[in-house]
Amino acid sequence: MKIPYLEKLFNWLEQSSHWGVHPDYRKEPAASRLISKLPLPPVLYLPLVQHAGAPAVAVVKVGDRVLAGQLLAEAGGNISAPIHAPAAGVIEAIGPHIAPHPSGLMVETITLRVTGTESVELQTCADPFSLPADELARRVGEAGVVGLGGATFPASPKLNLGRRAAVHTLVINGSECEPYLSCDDRLMQERAEGVIEGIRLIAYMIGAGRILVGIEDNKPTAYKTMCMAAAPFANIEVHSVPTRYPMGSGEQLMTWLTGVELPAGQRMASIGVLVHNVGTAYAIHRALRHGEPLTHRIVTVAGGAVRQPRNLEVALGTPASALVHFCGGLTEEPTRLVMGGPMMGQTLPSLDAPIIKGASGVLALTLAESGSPEEGDCVRCGMCTHACPLHLMPLDMAAAIRSGDVPAAQKMGLDDCLTCGACAYLCPAHIPLSHYFSYAKGETWAAEQSQRQQDQIRQSGEAKKERLARELAERRAAMAKRKAEQDAAKAAAKKEEATS
Amino acid sequence: MLIPVVSIGALGGVLGIGLAFAARHFKVEGNPLVEEVAAMMPNSQCGLCGQASCSVAAEKMVNGEIPLTNCLPGGKALAQRIAEKLGVPLQLDGFEEVTPQVAIVDELICTGCSRCLKACGNDAIIGAAKHIHGVLNDLCSGCGKCVDLCPTMAISMVEVPVTLKSWRWQKPRLEEGVRA
Amino acid sequence: MISSPHAPHARAVGSIGEIMHKVMLALVPATLFSFWTFGWPAFWLWLVTMLSAAGWEAVCIKLAGKNVATKLRDESALLTGWLLALSLPPWAPWWIGVVGSFIAIVLAKQVFGGLGQNPFNPAMVARVALLISFPVPMTQWVQALPLSPASVGFWQGLQITFGGLPVVDGVASASVLGGIKTELARIGHLPGLDGLFTAWQSGIGLRAGSLGESSALLILLGGLWLMRHHIIGWRTPVGMLAGVAVPAVFFWLLDSAHYASPLVHLLSGGLWLGAFFIATDPVSSPTTRTGQLIYGIGCGALTYIIRTWGGYPEGVAFAVLLMNAITPLLGRVTTPRIYGRTRDGNPLEVKP
Repeated sequence: MKIPYLEKLFNWLEQSSHWGVHPDYRKEPAASRLISKLPLPPVLYLPLVQHAGAPAVAVVKVGDRVLAGQLLAEAGGNISAPIHAPAAGVIEAIGPHIAPHPSGLMVETITLRVTGTESVELQTCADPFSLPADELARRVGEAGVVGLGGATFPASPKLNLGRRAAVHTLVINGSECEPYLSCDDRLMQERAEGVIEGIRLIAYMIGAGRILVGIEDNKPTAYKTMCMAAAPFANIEVHSVPTRYPMGSGEQLMTWLTGVELPAGQRMASIGVLVHNVGTAYAIHRALRHGEPLTHRIVTVAGGAVRQPRNLEVALGTPASALVHFCGGLTEEPTRLVMGGPMMGQTLPSLDAPIIKGASGVLALTLAESGSPEEGDCVRCGMCTHACPLHLMPLDMAAAIRSGDVPAAQKMGLDDCLTCGACAYLCPAHIPLSHYFSYAKGETWAAEQSQRQQDQIRQSGEAKKERLARELAERRAAMAKRKAEQDAAKAAAKKEEATS
Repeated sequence: MLIPVVSIGALGGVLGIGLAFAARHFKVEGNPLVEEVAAMMPNSQCGLCGQASCSVAAEKMVNGEIPLTNCLPGGKALAQRIAEKLGVPLQLDGFEEVTPQVAIVDELICTGCSRCLKACGNDAIIGAAKHIHGVLNDLCSGCGKCVDLCPTMAISMVEVPVTLKSWRWQKPRLEEGVRA
Repeated sequence: MISSPHAPHARAVGSIGEIMHKVMLALVPATLFSFWTFGWPAFWLWLVTMLSAAGWEAVCIKLAGKNVATKLRDESALLTGWLLALSLPPWAPWWIGVVGSFIAIVLAKQVFGGLGQNPFNPAMVARVALLISFPVPMTQWVQALPLSPASVGFWQGLQITFGGLPVVDGVASASVLGGIKTELARIGHLPGLDGLFTAWQSGIGLRAGSLGESSALLILLGGLWLMRHHIIGWRTPVGMLAGVAVPAVFFWLLDSAHYASPLVHLLSGGLWLGAFFIATDPVSSPTTRTGQLIYGIGCGALTYIIRTWGGYPEGVAFAVLLMNAITPLLGRVTTPRIYGRTRDGNPLEVKP
């Protein structure tokens, strides 16, 4: 049943274009300081898992001498990314080291003692546009470029996807909606030309005719610089989008700019759109024009406990402590150390954890900023439902999960949830809504995993039973055959006896 | 007087015969649910639930004699699927899932006798006679049948290690006193 | 396994206690005004009701074995007591307040599991229960006193609330709606409203009525302030006012001899308090935006129906309770469309 006017009335009543929250952004003072280059630390720790997908596979041995830019680990599958040496040095160890992950678990890590900056010869290219698209995509993959917006999805499969799925629109995400973070802001202000070339290269590789760049209106300088850099290219439209969290979520920005919704459970490419982050575009420009693999990134160091918040260009593998130290150290004991932004970032188990490709920020937050963890009673005020960018009902989902009914939460749309944290940020009862959702998603993932394994085990068991039965049958048949032969032989002997 | 007695009696008789006929004719042989649930079981006959076999456990679950969470290798996932099939609510709140275990063969002690190989219901142990055996973690149901069989005690059960991939968030713990 | 906090690592300023604070702050003008109009007895009744509400809450928390200090901090009991007090006749004896807050806190809230779990608005449950159980003290209205020569002093006020001093005849007064109902039954058509109702007096609150519901103007001010602070939405109050106004206009135009004018309906009884402070109670009203609008309209329409054709002169409390009953249903049928899905939950069609 479709009643267009009723649908419109409902949309108006629901105010479905009203979503999100306006957190305290605290982007200053880091956002107004130039990016500084962090000196190389004595030792770099390069985890083999820095991206979504299969872990990379080390191609160096302990004791090897390597140059900057040299391949240390190759992609471990179709969805994977290689890792390169950010500096020249000696491989000191390949083994477990603390991961930048809230679990505090260890992860296989290449330890590189830095000796200098001598580099391998880089394969520069004066005009990347003269090369075929698949060659460029291959080079991007070889350079280990992953999505730098946070998802760290390897870039090259996404670029290849474009040609297969007829992508017509490229959306470039420069919204940087997370509070504190200003690495993309600084990047667009200081290196807009490179970013724009990266954007054009991506569009060339995926064959997109239309390019939409979205920048939140709390970054007017970045917006102006990007507009100027994009001016010579008619197909690049730079848009200023309203500042609200989570505008930087790929779906929300895409919908805001194109007016099209992504159907649930689909990839962007299915509706002819790809979304890339400005940082990724810049990394692609460096990889194709200058032949540089992804070994450095810009990281915002901020938070109430950091003396001089600023943006740093950091070699991957640098321990977080080196960044904090460079920014004047800590003014007080932080209550939380976070990698990424405060809304979706992961707690760091310690400052020994290294910077990885997806690390957009290192935050040292005080109690006043993060709030104390105490949960009150839900009064059904509905703030969470109005904040949710997907129009879910976080309060009902969390109540279902708390009572142990994850499937009920799934029926309410748990699988669609982005875990953006807008609901939990706003909740006056301080209910850890996004924690409930992460827990429930983990549960369903584990259940699926366990289900898959059980099916495998059962199949294997059935196969064994069948095999045993077949073997038994074969043995029986063989016995019967032998018996028949013996019988026949006996009978023949008897017959012979009788005839003789 | 006579008419009601006769008519009621006749009615009773007809209905009684009808019921008897229905009971004989439409009798269900066994409970079809039992078979369906039995098919969902791991069927490795590990006996960790304390039942003679997976099908016995399935029958008892359908009859409500044992909790749906009794199958340890099946874990929460299986319990949830059975609960859905039977249409009963599943109370998981008090249920702590046991950390899944897998068998591990100590290569120094294993003599390659291949007894465990034959005992394993799922072909999770690989190797050949006179060769050191190994366990395929993905196929090991954690039943532990092989442990007792090993003459040199080379097999032990270990918890599946938590990795970054398998790690997941715990349920939020409610602050003491803040919430009931 | 290290347990480290989950994101978000920042939090909006605000807590349940702060919301309650703001609502109470928004009630202050109307409450002070009622102290002025109804004198000391109103103050004493308000105080008794608030304190006993907090007391009953503390007893329940203690009995449930929870920490009284942390649980009382949300101050929801104080607010419930306050709202209940505002809906009582201003010169009602003290035990009405104590029994009322017992019904509100213990029977209507804590029995259901405490804050956030009650299906019905506790203050309105208490008001209705009191009205049915003790009809005489619950319909004992008094004139707005600043205009009357019979203002009571501090001690006399204490005696009225705590000593059972009977209300002097000259002070007693009928409420507008009560007067209309009685007269309509007696003479068969609407009485003349001279001396009973003037729009501007009712609008600012100089009329007989419950303790704090009389001043539409001050309640509106408080309500607007709450909207500005995003604590209540516009849908429930606007829906409720419209729910009363629209049928009132319609029937008045149809037959003004038997149906009171829309002005009388809008500016008497507890409509404004109900629209801005009672029906907007988040716990017992829908969370969805569409649901809130329907809920508000329903509250208003039921109020009009009860006032006009029902047995009681005022219907706000009954209307709110009736709509509370269908709140879960309203919430379910007005669940917003999820991004990327159709209204019935299936993924949108893929249009490349």
